[in-house]
Amino acid sequence: MSNSKSEELSSDIKYTLPEEDWMDVPVRMKKGMYCHGANENSLITVGFPNPRQWSSSETNWKLPENWQDIVLTGMAERLEKYRSFHIFMDICVRCGACADKCHFFLGTGDPKNMPVLRAELLRSIYRREFTTAGKLFGKFAGARELNEEVLREWWYYFFQCTECRRCSVFCPYGIDTAEITMIARELLNLLGLNIEWIAGPVANCYMKGNHLGLEPHTITSSVEFLTDEIEELTGIKIEPTFNRKGAEILFVTPSGDLFADPGTYTCMGYLMLFHELGLDYTWSTYASEGGNFGSFTSNEMGKRLNSKIYAEAKRLGVKWILGGECGHMWRVLNQYMDTWNGPADFLEVPVSPITGTVFENASSTKMVHISEFTADLLKHDRLEIAPSRNDHYKVTYHDSCNTSRGMGLLEEPRYIIKKVCNNFFEMPEHTIREKTFCCGSGSGLNASENMEMRLRGGFPRANAVKYVKNKYDVDMLACICAIDRAALTTIMDYWVPGVRVIGVTELLANAMKMKGENNRQTDLRGDPLLGAEGGDAEEESEDV
Amino acid sequence: MPVKGMGLRDIMAKEKGNILDGWYNLILETYPPESRVFLKKKSDQFANPIGHTISASIEGILEGLLCNGAQEQMAVMLSDIIRIMAIQDCSPSDTILLILLLKRTLRDTTRGYVKGDQLFSELLAFEDKIDRLTLLSFDIFMKCREDVFNLKVNELKRSTFMIAKRLKSEGAETL
Repeated sequence: MSNSKSEELSSDIKYTLPEEDWMDVPVRMKKGMYCHGANENSLITVGFPNPRQWSSSETNWKLPENWQDIVLTGMAERLEKYRSFHIFMDICVRCGACADKCHFFLGTGDPKNMPVLRAELLRSIYRREFTTAGKLFGKFAGARELNEEVLREWWYYFFQCTECRRCSVFCPYGIDTAEITMIARELLNLLGLNIEWIAGPVANCYMKGNHLGLEPHTITSSVEFLTDEIEELTGIKIEPTFNRKGAEILFVTPSGDLFADPGTYTCMGYLMLFHELGLDYTWSTYASEGGNFGSFTSNEMGKRLNSKIYAEAKRLGVKWILGGECGHMWRVLNQYMDTWNGPADFLEVPVSPITGTVFENASSTKMVHISEFTADLLKHDRLEIAPSRNDHYKVTYHDSCNTSRGMGLLEEPRYIIKKVCNNFFEMPEHTIREKTFCCGSGSGLNASENMEMRLRGGFPRANAVKYVKNKYDVDMLACICAIDRAALTTIMDYWVPGVRVIGVTELLANAMKMKGENNRQTDLRGDPLLGAEGGDAEEESEDV
Repeated sequence: MPVKGMGLRDIMAKEKGNILDGWYNLILETYPPESRVFLKKKSDQFANPIGHTISASIEGILEGLLCNGAQEQMAVMLSDIIRIMAIQDCSPSDTILLILLLKRTLRDTTRGYVKGDQLFSELLAFEDKIDRLTLLSFDIFMKCREDVFNLKVNELKRSTFMIAKRLKSEGAETL
C-alpha cells in the first residue's frame, strides 16, 4: 500500500539529470546569472570593434558575418603574443586540483564553473584549430568546432569568472585561469560582446577620468561634503586641495569611495588621516579613478585607462603616488602599470615624509598602498590611537583577492586592524590570506541583473563569515577593496544578516585621536561608541 | 527486519544513518553528475559549503522531527538549505521536492518494518509533520526570493547614497 502511494506521489518527479559528456550539455543561460550586453555607444566611445545594440537574453546576437574568422585570428595573434596563454592551452593535464577551489563552482555546483572545465571551453577550440591531434581526432582529442553555441557558452561562463586566481594557487603547473578568462574576454570583445556593467564605466573613465563619470566640480563638491561631515563629527575643518601643482604626493582612489555607502566612510578616513599628518598631498579630478575596468576588457584598454595616473602625476609635478583601498586597482598597479606605462622615472622612490621609511617595494612603480603607508605610521607610533573606540565592533578581515594573491599584501592590513581594534577574529585558515574566497562580484561583475550569480559566488566567503559570527559574535567584516565594500554588504545581507562591511581606513579613523577634536560620541557612521553616553568613551575604556 | 515491540521512532533512530544517506543522495541527484562526486565529500564545511550545509541541515531537521523539536528551530535549518536553493535556479516546487524526498526515503527505509496497522498509523502521523514542513518550506522560499529583490533595491540606494544625503542636507524634501 505504501509502495503504490509512494510511486503515485513520485511518478511525475524526475530525480536525475542525463549523464552526458560536458560537450554534449548545451548551455542554458539562466536569468540572474548574466549581465546586460554592452551598449553600442559605450563601445563607440573607446573605439571598440563591432558596436551595435544587442540583447544578451535574445537568441540573435547580431554577430558580424565573419565572426569565426575574427575569433580565430584573434586567438592566433594572442597565442603568438602571450607565451603564457600558449603554455596554459597546452600543459593542463586535467588533474582536477583546481576543480573544487572556485567559489563559483562551490556556490553553483555547475561543473562548467570548475576552473579546469571553464578553461576547456576555450582549449577545445584551441585543440581543434591549432593542434594536429585536435584536427585529426576531433572529440576524441578533446576538440570541437567553434559555433554559436560555443560562443554563448564562452560568454556565459567567462563572465562567471571573477579572475580571482584562487584556482591558480592550487595548480601544480601554475596555470593562471584568470589569464585564460582575460583572453577569452578579449576575444569576445572583438565581436562587441562585452557587458554594459564593464563597458559603461570604461567609456566613462575614458571620457571623464573615473568609472562613475563624475565631472571635476562633482568630485570637489563630494569631497567637500565629506569634510562637512567630518567637521560635524570632530569639530575639525579639513580643506583638501585638488589638482595642486607642486604637491609632494598625488592621491588616487576608486571613485566609488566618493559616492557609495559604505565606501564614503573609508574616504572620510583618508581625509582625516592626511589632515592629521599634515600631508602635502593633492587629489586629482582627472586621474580620479584608481580602479580599471578597462583591464576587464582587453590588455590595451587597461593600458589606455591606466596611463592617466602617470600623466597626471607628471603634470602636477608630484614626487610619488599614494593609492587608496581597492582590489583590482592594485593588481593593475602592482603587476601591469610599470610595463604598460612605465618607467616612471620622472617620479622619486616613495619616502614617507612622516617616518622617513623608504618604500623600496615601490621603487619602480612609485606607488604606495594606503595600508603599507598606514602600517608604517603605526609601527613608528606616529598616530595617537584609541582602539576602544572600535569596541562596539567585533571584526574579522576579508583578504581581497587582488591585494592578497595579486600583490602579497597580507600582513599590513592585519597589523593595522590589531592596532586599532580590540576585538579581531580571523576566519578559518584555508579561507583567508592567499587562499581567500572571492566576494563573487569582482572583475566587473557587481551588476544588479546577475544577483543570483553573485550570491552563489559569494556563498563560500559568507559561509566562513557565518562561522566566526556564530563562534565569536563577529558583526563587522573589514576589507581593503571598494568592490568588496559594495558587494559584500549585499552578500552579508543575504547570507549572514547582522554583519556589516567596513574599510580598514575607516576603522583607523574611528580610533585615531585627532589634535583638537571634539569629545567624539559616535563613530564615522553615527553608531554610538561604547561608554559614550554622558561621558568620554576613551576615558572610560581607554587602554593605550 | 521488523522487530516486535519497536515503534516508528525506534526504527527511525536505528535507521537514522540510512535515512540521512538516502535523503542526501536523492538531493544530490538534482545536481549534474560531475558535481555529485564532489558534493558527496562532506568532511570540510569550508571546502564544500553546499554539501556541508545540506548535510548538517537535513540531520538537524530529522532530529527535530524525531524529538518533536520546535518548528522555529527546524525553520532555521530548513532556511539554510532553501536560501541556497532560492538562488540556484530552483522553482518553489523544486524546494518542496526537497521535503518530499524525505518522505520517499522514509518510506523506502521503513518498508521492511511497516507491516501492521499500528506502525502504518505512526508513519502517516509522522508524514503529517513532514507535510507541515513542506508548507513551511514554501514560505521560506518566498521570503528568500523577496530578500533577493530587496538586495537589488538596497544596492541601488547605497550607490546613490551621497546624492540622497546631500539633497537631504540641503533641505530637499524629495529626490
